Amino acid sequence: MFYDTIKGGDYRAREANVFRLAEVSNSIIDQCVAQGVPFAREYGGLLDNRSFGGAQVSRTFYARGQTGQQLLLGAYSALSKEIGKKTVKMYTRRDLMDVVIVDGLARGIIVRNLITGEIERHSAHAVVLATGGYANVFFLSTNAMSSNGSAIWKAYKKGAFFGNPCFTQIHPTCIPVHGDYQSKLTLMSESLRNDGRIWVPKKLEDAKKIQKGTLKAKEIKEEDRDYYLERRYPAFGNLVPRDVASRAAKERCDAGFGVGKTGLAVYLDFADSIKRLGKNVIESRYGNLFQMYEKIVDENPYENPMMIYPAVHYTMGGIWVNYELQTTIPGLFAAGEANFSDHGANRLGASALMQGLSDGYFVLPYTIQNYLANQIQIPAIKTDLPEFLQAEKDTKALIDKLLKINGKNTVDSYHRKLGLIMWDNVGMGRTAERLTKAITLIQELRTDFWKNVKVTGTNDQVNPELEKALRVADFLEMGELMARDALSRLESCGGHFREEYQTPEGEALRDDKDFAFVSAWEYKGENVEPEMHKEPLVFEFIEVKQRNYK
Amino acid sequence: MDLTLKIWRQASAKAKGQFVNYQVQNISAEASFLEMLDILNESLVAKGEEPVAFDHDCREGICGACSLYINGRPHGPDRGITTCQMHMRNFKHGETIIIEPWRAKPFPVIKDLMVDRSSFDEIIQAGGFVSVRTGGIPDANSIPIPRRNAELAMDAAACIGCGACVAACKNASAMLFVSAKVSQFALLPQGRVEAQERVQRMVAKMDELGFGNCTNTYACEAECPKEISVSNIARMNREFLSAKLISHKTF
Repeated sequence: MFYDTIKGGDYRAREANVFRLAEVSNSIIDQCVAQGVPFAREYGGLLDNRSFGGAQVSRTFYARGQTGQQLLLGAYSALSKEIGKKTVKMYTRRDLMDVVIVDGLARGIIVRNLITGEIERHSAHAVVLATGGYANVFFLSTNAMSSNGSAIWKAYKKGAFFGNPCFTQIHPTCIPVHGDYQSKLTLMSESLRNDGRIWVPKKLEDAKKIQKGTLKAKEIKEEDRDYYLERRYPAFGNLVPRDVASRAAKERCDAGFGVGKTGLAVYLDFADSIKRLGKNVIESRYGNLFQMYEKIVDENPYENPMMIYPAVHYTMGGIWVNYELQTTIPGLFAAGEANFSDHGANRLGASALMQGLSDGYFVLPYTIQNYLANQIQIPAIKTDLPEFLQAEKDTKALIDKLLKINGKNTVDSYHRKLGLIMWDNVGMGRTAERLTKAITLIQELRTDFWKNVKVTGTNDQVNPELEKALRVADFLEMGELMARDALSRLESCGGHFREEYQTPEGEALRDDKDFAFVSAWEYKGENVEPEMHKEPLVFEFIEVKQRNYK
Repeated sequence: MDLTLKIWRQASAKAKGQFVNYQVQNISAEASFLEMLDILNESLVAKGEEPVAFDHDCREGICGACSLYINGRPHGPDRGITTCQMHMRNFKHGETIIIEPWRAKPFPVIKDLMVDRSSFDEIIQAGGFVSVRTGGIPDANSIPIPRRNAELAMDAAACIGCGACVAACKNASAMLFVSAKVSQFALLPQGRVEAQERVQRMVAKMDELGFGNCTNTYACEAECPKEISVSNIARMNREFLSAKLISHKTF
């Protein structure tokens, strides 16, 4: 697993962190089982395993097609236990507005109560950000609607370095986009690639007919189908890592072989598996996913192949942290997707929950003690310190400014425009020219936003438009940093594919001599270019090779 | 398609609410129900009016945040889905759609279609967990679990805590939700240890919060987006009765 994860991340992850992740991964399963997470069992009562993208052995524990959700519910129940015992106090429906730094140390946060609009000051000896990733910068992603990058962005603007912002993951198995009113994309679990075969028509004329609706997938003969992943990567076949599978789908669709009305989709076909294993087995493995697909697309995936297309799913980049998960601001820690640490340039399936649980259960409880040990003599931090008052004042000023613009364009219209700029220029294929263009476009859009956005309502009530506006304001800055990072990385690795740097077969071409580093960006002020620091990546145990899934 | 929407508007928990009519035009059959509401909200914002507030997050039927009565039915007319998975192809051109927030005393309205469901959290905090600390846990395979039990526990664990069972019930009973959680743990050896205390604590909390009792109409199962079976309620009743009879402690 250690090796798979380093290789899957295209040798851009910190080796020591990944080693630790692999070391504690078994404890995570033990912990979750003890919490009552109903993992699948074999008939003998032992835990069942299955395979996943990027791994050649079956080493993934699972709970039907909803493993992530069940792990989350397990953590939620464990947290609820502590809330019930009053050892943890929970503040729900709050958005982080700022991180408060006192004498160079993170000492608290400012939040907005989403029900009352009240701006609250909370103090602590240390602050942990576990606020997830920033994939919603693309507007359309598989992330939940409220998922946002504001917390880590505020931390960045207060001095925490941002690691590898351009490393984003495009997931290959999502339901294709269908209209411009669409609000989000739906992920079909990667587990589907265990039994589904991915293909497009071999002949261009067949693809054209399918796009017009005059030909059906089932009518295409076996020899006229191009199982392009099996063709290009015979060793891993349909189970290549996400970045490779996504890029291969894009390549076929760009060449005109895509299916569906838009031509931006490929087939994921279960016919062979149903023939081999029976419909019952497929239903027991993926029943809920098939149902979900049918409800959205209105087509029965037992009868017709599913249509899928890549979509933004995860951000490997995040706040830069050291081995102890501490950011460059002492006392400020970042865990899970919010940090950059374990996945390099591409995350493998099942690794996000693993990292989140590892950071929370088995890393932070030990590493944070090193910091807190020196703080034992320091009494509770007061929230009426000038730093808190200033941060609160700044937050209120920001909200007032947004509410006063009263322009003519909705917040969503800006988010949608930003998403398109990001998808077209900072998405699956990147070039210096398009990235440079993206930076200008984002800057222009940001200026326009602050002149012409319309935020309805007031601050002293439930106001979803204001919530969105605050988040989009941050996304409009974050997108630019992502483009800058992508522009400065003159190589292709994992999810970061610079079209200028590829092998003759179209695979990502790394440059280990000049780019085996983590880029850690430092904020230098508004409209000032940020400064990039480099953390060299040194591999002591693993031989760095070109990634090969053939 | 063009539609008339009759939507419950209520400025805050204390304010008096009312139905307001809205028109939406050219809605695609492919759009989801919440996307249709997005379109309405965009048009309201453009006109300078306040958009309709509703809870939503994952928009793929797993977070349990969206909570609407659509034409009087929790999560709308289709079976086995949440509101966000409802697509407009289930409606006809010219139709009037009535949209309301969950109606139940323990789910007070926050604004418009948003309700506060933290009472569910309180029930979980009362006992919906296994009391294990983090770390020092024995190997997960040290206690084999019969596959049947693991599968039944998984069926119950599929509950997303959306509250449709409460909304569907004429008594606003939370029995399906509570019994799903009780069953998940009671079926697994890890949860069995505390089973007697857990069921009593969770039922007591449920009663305290003002949820009603079960009168076996099974409306909850019919409306549950995850199709959780009412046999979980039977299991909880057995657990509860036997706990009351033989438990060392009662709550």
